[in-house]
Amino acid sequence: MAGAVAAVLGLLLLLGSPGGSTGPPRDSLREELLLSPLPSGDLAATFQFRARWDSELHREGVSHYRLFPKALGQLISKYLVRELHLSLTQGFWRTRTWGQPYLQAPAGAELWVWFQDSVTDVDKAWKELSNILSGIFCASLNFIDSTNTVTPTASFKPLGLANVTDHHLLRYAVLPREVVCTENLTPWKKLLPCGSKAGLAVLLKAERLFHTSYHSQAVHIRPICRDASCLSVSWELRQTLTVVFDTFSIGQGKRDWSLFKMFSRTVTEACPLASESKIYVDISSKTQENKLLEVTPLPLSVHEASVQGDRRTYAVYDLLSPSLFNVSRSLNVQLKWKRPQDSLDLSTPVLHAQRYVSGYGLQTGEISTLIYNTHPYRAFPVILLETVPWYLRLYVHTLVITTKGKENKPSYIHYQPAQDRRRPHLLEMLIQLPANSVTKITIQFERALLKWTEYTPDPNHGFYVSPSVLSALVPSVIAMKAEDAEQSPLFTSLFPSSDGSSYFVRLYTEPLLVNLPTPDFSMPYNVICLTCTVVAVCYGSFYNLLTRTFHVEEPSKGGLAKRLANIIRKVRGVPPL
Amino acid sequence: MAAPLVLGILVAVTVRAVLYRSSLAGFISERVEVASPLNAWKRVVEGLALLDLGVSPYSGDVFHETPLIIYLFHFLIEYSELVFMITDVLTAVALYLAVQDFNKVVFKKQKLLMELDRYASDVAELIRTPMEMHYIPLKVALFYLLNPYTVMSCVAKSTCAINNTVIAFFILATIKGSTLLSAIFLAVATYQSLYPLTLFAPALLYLLQRQFIPVKLKSKGFWLYTTQYAALYLCSLVVIVCLSFFLLNSWDFIPSVYGFILSVPDLTPNIGLFWYFFAEMFEHFSLFFVCVFQINVFFYTIPLAVKLKEHPIFFLFVQLAIISIFKSYPTVGDVALYMAFLPLWSHLYRFLRNIFILSCVLIVCSLLFPVLWHLWIYAGSANSNFYYAITLTFNVGQILLISDYFYAFLRREYYLTHGLYLTRKDGTEAMLVLK
Repeated sequence: MAGAVAAVLGLLLLLGSPGGSTGPPRDSLREELLLSPLPSGDLAATFQFRARWDSELHREGVSHYRLFPKALGQLISKYLVRELHLSLTQGFWRTRTWGQPYLQAPAGAELWVWFQDSVTDVDKAWKELSNILSGIFCASLNFIDSTNTVTPTASFKPLGLANVTDHHLLRYAVLPREVVCTENLTPWKKLLPCGSKAGLAVLLKAERLFHTSYHSQAVHIRPICRDASCLSVSWELRQTLTVVFDTFSIGQGKRDWSLFKMFSRTVTEACPLASESKIYVDISSKTQENKLLEVTPLPLSVHEASVQGDRRTYAVYDLLSPSLFNVSRSLNVQLKWKRPQDSLDLSTPVLHAQRYVSGYGLQTGEISTLIYNTHPYRAFPVILLETVPWYLRLYVHTLVITTKGKENKPSYIHYQPAQDRRRPHLLEMLIQLPANSVTKITIQFERALLKWTEYTPDPNHGFYVSPSVLSALVPSVIAMKAEDAEQSPLFTSLFPSSDGSSYFVRLYTEPLLVNLPTPDFSMPYNVICLTCTVVAVCYGSFYNLLTRTFHVEEPSKGGLAKRLANIIRKVRGVPPL
Repeated sequence: MAAPLVLGILVAVTVRAVLYRSSLAGFISERVEVASPLNAWKRVVEGLALLDLGVSPYSGDVFHETPLIIYLFHFLIEYSELVFMITDVLTAVALYLAVQDFNKVVFKKQKLLMELDRYASDVAELIRTPMEMHYIPLKVALFYLLNPYTVMSCVAKSTCAINNTVIAFFILATIKGSTLLSAIFLAVATYQSLYPLTLFAPALLYLLQRQFIPVKLKSKGFWLYTTQYAALYLCSLVVIVCLSFFLLNSWDFIPSVYGFILSVPDLTPNIGLFWYFFAEMFEHFSLFFVCVFQINVFFYTIPLAVKLKEHPIFFLFVQLAIISIFKSYPTVGDVALYMAFLPLWSHLYRFLRNIFILSCVLIVCSLLFPVLWHLWIYAGSANSNFYYAITLTFNVGQILLISDYFYAFLRREYYLTHGLYLTRKDGTEAMLVLK
């Protein structure tokens, strides 16, 4: 009897569990904070929260979400998204003073999405996707429409697994005018499995995070290989947040910093749902012997990695190791400079760029981009993507690229001219940068006069031109060995690397602010009246001449006024009219 | 007569060549009064550069020229300055020959009417003599060549000069009486800028007059000739449009050229009335007013044809002026074309009422255009209203000029048939009014 009940229960359990023998798809969370002192004395803090889910979102009807946020999972399955990258940034990463960024984002909001090839109407899916993301992140992404969306052909190749790369499945849009604030941080934090209650996300307090020179929060979703054999696909969600603290304003002039000084919080525990929770502090210095920095509490281990062509040393604090919180309940990482006048040596970034607008007046102008290759002996190509709004009419016959005084012809140009009020200009070029050189790219444009309703409420502020994107495989000075993505820190596996001799870099230039000529906004009725008056003058004159004929004038008796005047004249004794 | 013309041509070519080499050439090509989005040289170069890059020039919104211009300049791009100087010379020569022929026709007609006793007795001083008409062709040619508007248009290399040449050839062919050539050139002119469609009526009236076919709606000869001319015109238009299709293997040029002319999406300031009006238009009424403004160009044709059916060349002049004033992207090159005809009506001078003030208005406005543009765009101390005001004044000046000439023409016709010294019933001098 008991055996039969046990058998029935066992049968029920077997039948009850969904998916038969396999359990629900496994998911894991890794969180990481990287603190890197920058050459200029500032401090960059990069948070990364990576949820990995071994599930095929597109095939199975998934309803049970654990670590992977449901909002994003439903989005991926409904709109057949293959990759999604959304970033909201405030400020500009100064590559020349701060060094090469791990992951730069353009000022404002940037969204680029690869769709699956089974999507029939990519534009419709894009529009709906941007509207939904606008709701999820409380950002005005609903302003993304055909006038600021482009389809790049060479840049923005997929960062995850990809077997088909038809670039018509890619859409890219930037909203340079978008402002990031607490309203955008809160829904971003809500997507984290532990929220902001435990783990590294405890440090994410808005009043400190927005008191920074650079604040960038991003969401990256991409498919990755489940294991080395790559037979099945997992979904990876990375939420990154990069802030650059200005130590002058934070530290009141002193360049020593600590977690408490920056975030006004300390870390007390790791997120219970995380399989890995680490803090990395960059303590590499030019000479290994005399260390310029001192980190307290003493790190339990030190990790060496070759990142972006440089060999770096990191102090590692593993929040999951029980020995970390033995001494004190909270972890407050502190960094002290041995001597106040020390500073990190600035190693010039190999690739950096700047862009500006020149010209005077409101009729024409010129966009100039300067790209610097500071590598001493290696030349490498760079793909430049420029998106210019339609109201700045580019003239591609004025495009001039010069390097070291000589003309430099790009080996690949893709130019899609703008259509008024429908799509922007798209210019993509593959330019070879010789070693140790500056390349200047100039193109002239004309400013259009828009209809009065197309101006923003503050028209004299100007119109933004989205930053241009430079993508390059920069040759590295040292040989980098490929590490396993699961074992290495998250910040080293952002971009897929194919070989150890170069690393991928995507840089953004400054956004531009351009003034357009404005009509007088108070005048619509006046203008209509005056112009119609001129047309009526023509109509009236011609009507008279066409419908009337000449006649000899008959003398008339005179009107009432003349008779009255004659009466008065008779009274005065003056001859009548 | 050829020698003064050749001398005039040499002077004109020299002036243009000097200006091409000077620093003013760059300044003039930037001027919005001379180069509009339809005919700027910068855009022709851009279209050819796009073609070199493998992109259709009509895929963007920068190039709005017809494929004929692409074809022409694909081969002649290095000699562009020479091309524009030659087009100006050709226009002047065509106008010269046309006016020469027209004068003969006018004189013959006048003689005929005098013999038929259609004129009153005391109009001897209104009769035109060959002596006074002798220098008119030369004056017309020089008026065109040495007009500052034409010179600026040529130095800026605006393709308006090419349109003017085609219209001049059309006028020459019409006056010479060749139906086929007239239809072909009219088709090319319509293909280039759409508005010369309205010149069909005056050309038809002139050719009918020349063939001695009376313009009666019931007459079979009239309809026969009209359909013949219309068929020639439409066939040549269709042939040219199809040839353009085969140049780039697409019909993209039709919305890009004609759709652009008719729907006026580009609001770059120019000397016309459209740009500011549509910049300040309420979005709801935009389509309505675009239609109204476009109809405005075409709807004077029928009334003018009814009134001026005996005087088709004057009708042509008035129609050309209406096109130049009310087209969607006018430039000073269009103004120069109808102004070249003013010496033809120099005998109307005594009946013009406001010529002094109107010529002052036009000259002052032309001088103020660049000043107020600079103040708005470069100095920032004026705003768009200043430039718009000068646009309005300039257009009012042009309109009143044309209506003044029209008034003078009609008045002279009245005097010719009713006598110059009109007296009232009681013998005192009579006043003439338009009633």
